[in-house]
Amino acid sequence: MSSTAVSTPRGLRVPRWVAPAGIAAGFAAAYLVFRGTGTLPHDSEAPQFAAVTELREWIDDHRNDNPVFLYFLNYVRLFVGGVYGAFHAALTALGWPGLIGVTGALAWLAGGRRIAAAAVAGFCSFGVLGLWESSVETLALVAAAVLLSLAIGVPLGVWAGLSRRVHRTVTPVLDVMQIMPTFAYLAPLALFFHIGAPAGTIATMIYAIPPAIRITALAIQQVSPTAVEASASLGATRAQTLVKVHLPLARSTMALAVNQTIMMALSMVVIANLINAPGLGSDIILGLSRAQVGIMLPAGVAIVVMAMLLDRMTVAVARRGPHSRIGRARLAGAGALAVAGVALGFALPREWPRALTVDLAAEINDAVLWAETSWYGVTTFVKDTTSYLLLNPLEGLFTSAPWWLVAAAVLLVAWRVSGVRPALTALGCLLAIALLGTWEHAMRTMTTVAVAVSVTLVVGLALGVAAARSARWSAVQRPVLDAAQTMPAFVYLLPALALFGTTRFTAIFASIVYAVPPVVRLVEEGIRNVPGPVVEAAVSAGSTPGQLLWKVQLPMARRAILLAANQGIVMTLAMVVVGGLVGAGALGYDVVLGFSQRTDFGMGFIAGVATVLLGVMLDRITQGADRRTSPHQRTVT
Amino acid sequence: MRVSPDSAAIGVEGLWKIFGPKAAKVLACDDRFLDPAALREKTGCTAAVRDVSFDVRPGEVFVVMGLSGSGKSTLVRCLTRLVEPTAGRVTIGGEDVGAAGPARLRELRRHHVSMVFQHFGLLPHRRVIDNVAYGLEVQGVARAERHARAAEILSLVGLDGHAGAYPDQLSGGMQQRVGLARALAVDPQVMLFDEPFSALDPLIRRDMQAEVMRLHREVGKTMVFITHDLAEALKLGERIAIMRAGSIVQLGTPEELVGAPADDYVADFVSDVPRGHVLSLRWIARPPEPGEPLDGPALPATTVIKDAVAAASESSRPIRVVDGDELVGLVDRVDLLTFLSGQETGGAGVTAA
Repeated sequence: MSSTAVSTPRGLRVPRWVAPAGIAAGFAAAYLVFRGTGTLPHDSEAPQFAAVTELREWIDDHRNDNPVFLYFLNYVRLFVGGVYGAFHAALTALGWPGLIGVTGALAWLAGGRRIAAAAVAGFCSFGVLGLWESSVETLALVAAAVLLSLAIGVPLGVWAGLSRRVHRTVTPVLDVMQIMPTFAYLAPLALFFHIGAPAGTIATMIYAIPPAIRITALAIQQVSPTAVEASASLGATRAQTLVKVHLPLARSTMALAVNQTIMMALSMVVIANLINAPGLGSDIILGLSRAQVGIMLPAGVAIVVMAMLLDRMTVAVARRGPHSRIGRARLAGAGALAVAGVALGFALPREWPRALTVDLAAEINDAVLWAETSWYGVTTFVKDTTSYLLLNPLEGLFTSAPWWLVAAAVLLVAWRVSGVRPALTALGCLLAIALLGTWEHAMRTMTTVAVAVSVTLVVGLALGVAAARSARWSAVQRPVLDAAQTMPAFVYLLPALALFGTTRFTAIFASIVYAVPPVVRLVEEGIRNVPGPVVEAAVSAGSTPGQLLWKVQLPMARRAILLAANQGIVMTLAMVVVGGLVGAGALGYDVVLGFSQRTDFGMGFIAGVATVLLGVMLDRITQGADRRTSPHQRTVT
Repeated sequence: MRVSPDSAAIGVEGLWKIFGPKAAKVLACDDRFLDPAALREKTGCTAAVRDVSFDVRPGEVFVVMGLSGSGKSTLVRCLTRLVEPTAGRVTIGGEDVGAAGPARLRELRRHHVSMVFQHFGLLPHRRVIDNVAYGLEVQGVARAERHARAAEILSLVGLDGHAGAYPDQLSGGMQQRVGLARALAVDPQVMLFDEPFSALDPLIRRDMQAEVMRLHREVGKTMVFITHDLAEALKLGERIAIMRAGSIVQLGTPEELVGAPADDYVADFVSDVPRGHVLSLRWIARPPEPGEPLDGPALPATTVIKDAVAAASESSRPIRVVDGDELVGLVDRVDLLTFLSGQETGGAGVTAA
């Protein structure tokens, strides 16, 4: 089919692989000749970094006399801080029995007795773990961030759902917000909103708003057009149609938007702790920075429990049928629980009783130590093999190659996969990284991402294919994936840290664990979505299961698989940067350093920007899968 | 706004609907006469409705028939501007719909024209009674009053006892009855049906067609009925417009379409119709030959041919086809047999308009 084969005369037919192979050989030769020249080594004193550090000094000095701060940013900060304060005050005022009672009641209303019991048990566990105060702070932060995110995201989402033009305008902004590694916008936020709860809430909102807008817009778009038309045909005004048709019909999908917003917020509040947001994150960050699993495990468990409970509650609401009603018994039970809790709250002391807490830090640390020493052989082998065979050579390749050669390679690959415009964007990002003085660290981070992504894809493809082909395997795997996807990203660093200590490998391991579930899910869905008749036709033509997979299912699921790769890359990058906290080095470490050392603020800030650029670049290189629709598809206006 | 009986309930004049970014430009130049494929190739626009004109008389059942993609659904949506026409004039009860402002247009949709949809368009979160009362609700009618009216309409369409159910608890046919009831509840003068029964299975479809005919007899609304099913069109339509590629290729009574197709397209369409079931005796009546007996049984000229068979088998004399007292012509057994066996007779072929 290749054009060379058609245009060249017989006998001179060139196989398809010759051109790429030739180009690859050309690059290899260029690398060998120019190796070591044109590299851009890291300099932590670079003028770009110093300039940003100075900017921060200036802003800190003028925070209270510059009009932009005085009349706008400071008010935003005050308002957001006020919302957080109100939630915190309300949750604290309930007292622990009151909060447990009210949460249990809400869970009962949302999903019934079992979820209510789980909620009560889960909230008690916060106290038992000795984390009641931090849990309440986290809950208040999440509540404030979710409320504000929904207040902004839902109206925007509805608007985007109703108007194509708004949708087109909003989408690219959301794309960038979503591929930005969470680490990256902490520094600018600290710059503008100072540190503390308000900045933490705003950081969380930036992370949580995109799904709120996207899913709401989707929910509105999915409303049956006939129902909307029927309403219009009866002379309903646009407002009437919105209130009586769009919103009720979009309700269950919009509940998912709330669910996703909460999940995103929960996963971000931990990271927000880097800019001194209060809550459970502080224990996790402390544990991470000291490599003490004993400190972070209880906080990690509390976050996971909170995530699971809120997830179950909101999903239960989303799953409810379009016209189910809450039974009287349920209402009575929930009411009784809430009243009992609040009443107890007045009777019992405000503090969680000390006698009911369990401190496990020492035991956990011992267990981790035992695991580290007794599995030393295995973990070290895995770690060293990957490091010597994969990481080091690849890192050497990226850092010793001339910058122009890497740029040319990126341009070529992106062009081939995604087309001209994404390729140029990718090239622009790469050049900006070079100009910012973060080339070497960006190349190192890219190495880590490349290794993590390759492993993620291999594992994800294998598991996805297995799940698509065996219903039983899928049934076993599904709850695990569900649980994995509700867990906040940070939690994955825990087992990685316990097994591998503070090394580059920890970040890789964590990012693989983090990115595999969505990849598996996308691959499985892609294969399952291959139309039944096509599979039937292939089987009736006598295909073996292997032939069916290779000749029919995988090629037809190509889009889903490439999308999985794209997702995998974006997620891995986010995690690898976070891995800077546990020894991943490079850009992530620079970012962390920027928060802790005032003099390195500039470097951290710019490293954050560089991660965004890297993220956009990797996304553009692989996005061809996502957006290049088949040529036959045409949008009809 | 009451409509005087002789004026047209709906008037459509030179209606165009072109989808695409450059619709107005296409309409302004000669591109609009290109055939659909060439037009799309050249301009990226799709002409869904091309220069359509017709009138619907008050109380009439007017059927628009065409294959999918012929523009019939767009046409019916242009009538109340659910789809904004590109050019042309639509009047409902003498009022120019195109000139109506948003409020007036809503008024028109609320009180004068209502529509029944192919995929029902029911609201799953509302009970049947609230679905039926929806049109009254958006008009601002009080709850008790609109429920009373909805209950009345529900019993009219045979859904007594289902008021409290939700749409997904009903079968497809019953759901469409709800759709029908919703359209009826606002007591419109005109009802538009957009392929309302295409999604139903054949038996239910037959029931629903009978239901519509019964309702038409009982409430006497003007009806515009869109369908792709020729049998349905012939059964329901007093007049039928056949659409192809956005234009009306023929407009006439079922008899005219079957008896005198305007072109090969229509002829092809109606070729499978058992003509004896549609055409009346008027089509095959011939002038009496000299000496032929004129004392055979008399049948009105509008009698469908197949119904004349019984009379012909009872009497060996030629049937006298009469229009009132006037003799239109004769039909004998040979004429009937030749016609029914599919061969054309040299009959008069008088147009029965």
